[in-house]
Amino acid sequence: MSSTEVEHKGYSGRPRAQSGFTAWLTTTDHKKIGIMYFFTVLVFFFLGGAESGLIRAQLAQAEQSLLTEEIYNQVFTMHGITMVFLVVMPLSAAFFNYLIPLMIGARDVAFPRLNAFSYWVYLFGGIFLYTSFFLGGAPNGSWVGYAPLSLDSVSNMAYYAVGLQILGVSSLAAAVNFIVTILNMRAPGMTFMRMPVFIWMALVTNFLLLFALPIIAVALFMLHADAVLGAQFFNPATGGDPILWQHLFWLFGHPEVYIMILPAMGIVSEILPVGSRKPLFGYAAVVFAGAAIGFIGFGVWAHHMFTSAIGPVARSAFALSTMFIAVPTGIKIFNWVFTMWGGKLRFTTPMLFSIGFISMFTIGGLSGVTHAIVPHNAQQHDTYYVVAHFHYVLFGGALFGLIAGIYFWFPKVTGKMMSEKLGKMHFWTWLLGFNLTFGPMHMSGLLGQPRRTAVLPGELGSTVELYNLLSSLGFVVLFFSALVFLYNLITSIKSGEASGDDPWDARTLEWLTPSPTPFHNFDVIPTVTHRDEFWHRKYAEDESGRAIPVPAGASEDHDEAGAHDEHIHMPDPSYWPLVQTLGFFPLGYGLVYLNWWLIGIGITWLVVGMYGWIIEPVAEGDDDDPVDDQHDATAPTAAAH
Amino acid sequence: MREHATRPIGGSAAASRRRRLRLPLGIASIAVLLAACGDAEQNALDPAGPFAQAPHDLIIPVAAIALFVFILVQGLIIYSVIKFRTRPDDDGSLPAQVHGNTRLEIFWTVIPAVILAVIAVPTVQGIFDIMDEPDEDFLTVEVIGHRWWFEYYYPDFDIYTANEIVIPVGTPVRLEMTAADPARSPDQGVLHSFWIPRLAGKQDMVPGQTTFLNIQADEPGRFLGQCAEYCGLSHANMRARAVAMDQADFDTWVEQQMTPAAVPDEGTLAAQGRELYHDLGDNRPACASCHQVWEDGSRGPNVGPDLTHLFSRQEFVGAIRDLDEENLRAWLLDPNSVKPMQYDTPNQIGMPNLDLTDEELDALVAYLMTLDPS
Repeated sequence: MSSTEVEHKGYSGRPRAQSGFTAWLTTTDHKKIGIMYFFTVLVFFFLGGAESGLIRAQLAQAEQSLLTEEIYNQVFTMHGITMVFLVVMPLSAAFFNYLIPLMIGARDVAFPRLNAFSYWVYLFGGIFLYTSFFLGGAPNGSWVGYAPLSLDSVSNMAYYAVGLQILGVSSLAAAVNFIVTILNMRAPGMTFMRMPVFIWMALVTNFLLLFALPIIAVALFMLHADAVLGAQFFNPATGGDPILWQHLFWLFGHPEVYIMILPAMGIVSEILPVGSRKPLFGYAAVVFAGAAIGFIGFGVWAHHMFTSAIGPVARSAFALSTMFIAVPTGIKIFNWVFTMWGGKLRFTTPMLFSIGFISMFTIGGLSGVTHAIVPHNAQQHDTYYVVAHFHYVLFGGALFGLIAGIYFWFPKVTGKMMSEKLGKMHFWTWLLGFNLTFGPMHMSGLLGQPRRTAVLPGELGSTVELYNLLSSLGFVVLFFSALVFLYNLITSIKSGEASGDDPWDARTLEWLTPSPTPFHNFDVIPTVTHRDEFWHRKYAEDESGRAIPVPAGASEDHDEAGAHDEHIHMPDPSYWPLVQTLGFFPLGYGLVYLNWWLIGIGITWLVVGMYGWIIEPVAEGDDDDPVDDQHDATAPTAAAH
Repeated sequence: MREHATRPIGGSAAASRRRRLRLPLGIASIAVLLAACGDAEQNALDPAGPFAQAPHDLIIPVAAIALFVFILVQGLIIYSVIKFRTRPDDDGSLPAQVHGNTRLEIFWTVIPAVILAVIAVPTVQGIFDIMDEPDEDFLTVEVIGHRWWFEYYYPDFDIYTANEIVIPVGTPVRLEMTAADPARSPDQGVLHSFWIPRLAGKQDMVPGQTTFLNIQADEPGRFLGQCAEYCGLSHANMRARAVAMDQADFDTWVEQQMTPAAVPDEGTLAAQGRELYHDLGDNRPACASCHQVWEDGSRGPNVGPDLTHLFSRQEFVGAIRDLDEENLRAWLLDPNSVKPMQYDTPNQIGMPNLDLTDEELDALVAYLMTLDPS
């Protein structure tokens, strides 16, 4: 708590700290929250990675029993849940948090406290899920939670139903926040078609979340009611329909795939032009293809169910829609390649990961098209061929793109460079380890290896066994590669080379401000006159149409001097998002173990927290609130200058 | 024609391999990569009947197109990376600032769309072809997925069997499939998926619903399969075996299966075993409370696998073990060590540990080994 706090009307004080531990707990700053997302993801990534290590150890050779079936089933279930809900999605959220306000020229998101709330709910949801390991066993009904197995108390899926529900609250709140921010808080002049592609993809992603999360929320409520309260939505023994769960799950689950990949596509669309020193090829095509993917993504869900109890008409319809979605995906890939075409490529680490993304994602896309050949899908479904496919999309795709983003924006966040030497070592070992792990799975799947099996049967043959051994060796490579990354990250944070404000000769607004980004982002909200605004402030075209650098200080139209006196209004820190969110613990455990006392405490806690939030005073003073000027002197922004 | 298809006992090595660490494969085994996948018993790329062949014929041209696109895109990437890299003598000027090209956009929108439309036609045709009832005369077999084994019922002959489905060569077999029925089993029923890759793709089995799958083998042999929809604890241990026989052998098999089990002579060890089968004592559940050995009267389904002609089968325990005396003893002594069960959970699914004494074990095994129609 800052000692400079001014007495305000209201029922409780408001924290003012801008540094130190309290500042992190109470922050509403989108940059701090983004950083907290990032480090939390890092922890969960290593947990999910440890789980995959156990899987690969078990399957390194045929007929092994390092893990019992019971443990193995928990491990692969938690690996899936962790990587999807606790790693890839929140890592995208970390980028959204840090970058959306900066890229659109805003000082924060629309609802800063809601933003903090989203983070704490995510953190506590993840912790809640992981405590299940110590409280009778983790969920073991697979990440898709197919009924009726998921209704079986032995599968521990109550933790899944409640845990994902909590995480869904986090994502839904964040989605609303980011959509409102992008729609309402863009700098003057930033029309839709001047928005960076990353912002476009963030907008599409968050609309997907907004529409898809309520579906899974309903499904999870039903699952919880079935598993804990004895409802019969999905139980065929009493007239329920287990296929209904599959439809609901994949109605969410397929958009979810695009929720995970679109942010990475946005990141790559930002990095490739910078690394090629050319604008993005076919900006409009890339944007519309992304939006089209978002729309069509809601119409392909049953392609996860081609071998389920659906008839030939449904199978045909979803085969067609699935093939259809390959078209906009292809458009994006070709535009990325042609962004590089004719450029002057600089193979920095972010650029390498972006090129790796295109290359690996293409493989995942092509195997995806083979899934649409429904008669043969019946051979591929639930085999390691599918495991290979979605890892090429989510690891070779989403994760490569997100890692590219980490290297690219690290100097923005810290003002320091990550080591290029270690970064390149990371990239090449990562690429090798990834392909060694997941490449052979295409073949082992087609040779008959089913997924989610705790034992690799010897009858599958020595070739399948060899492929599995290669996959396990690939994991070892990935593990050491991840250590290189971690070492690079830590040492660069401590003692990385100073980056300057614009180390990559970048194109978008976030680089307009100093690095690391000051608390209030921009001294003056920029006025936008071009797509790639920042680049256009640095370069102009000569008579022959060639781009040439603008001499320093010669930029026209941007004389924003004199505007420095403008009042900078920044969100105040708050305890309430953290305090309120703690209520999810009693509520969550109460729902899992059906303890009405805990449920009551949890609900009361959340409601009290909500009221605390509502009646919390504003430290700096509202716009509606006639306050005298002295407040500006003590406002947190002033201190940050 | 691969040799293993006609091999008399397909999974002969399974038992001894199970739960034994094998020596690490050396670098030398890379050579195996080059070898054919001759010992891969679940090879989906090696169809042995029309319902596996049709999807295979569909995927090959698609795979070829995918390979072409793969080479095209990766080629473009590699070419760009080499050709457009910044050279050491670069003057620092910017490259031409190209923003896009509408013709190219139309080109790479239309061409893939046309390719996909061409692929779509045979795909949709294939979906209907493979799911429809076969045109010729076919055999119907009802398949029920239990945690964690497959039960087969031949309605034409009133035959119950488990783990191994016996089919005649060259005849389409239409499987009418569902998952365990809570009316007669503590297993409330979960999803399973029936998949014998060399005979057909997989089809999920749903409790309370009937799904259909056509299979056919064009050659005699033993074809390995696997439950392909995650079904809980012992999912990995839920395997299937299709045994395809020439029509004459199949007719003999049907005749044997339609004959009641012989009752062992009084005073033999097997006769003692038969008594224990019906009454174990000490409040232990009797075998007969879950299994059936049909001796007379009508046949019906039961909770566990039908044991009437147990030793007409070569594999048991969800087809993960060869059926012989040694494996049978191990199974009866401690089922959980062979295949984890949930008998001790609220589910009460699977084979319990019966705490058999050595004498009881000897007698039971002696009895079970008489259940051989040949």
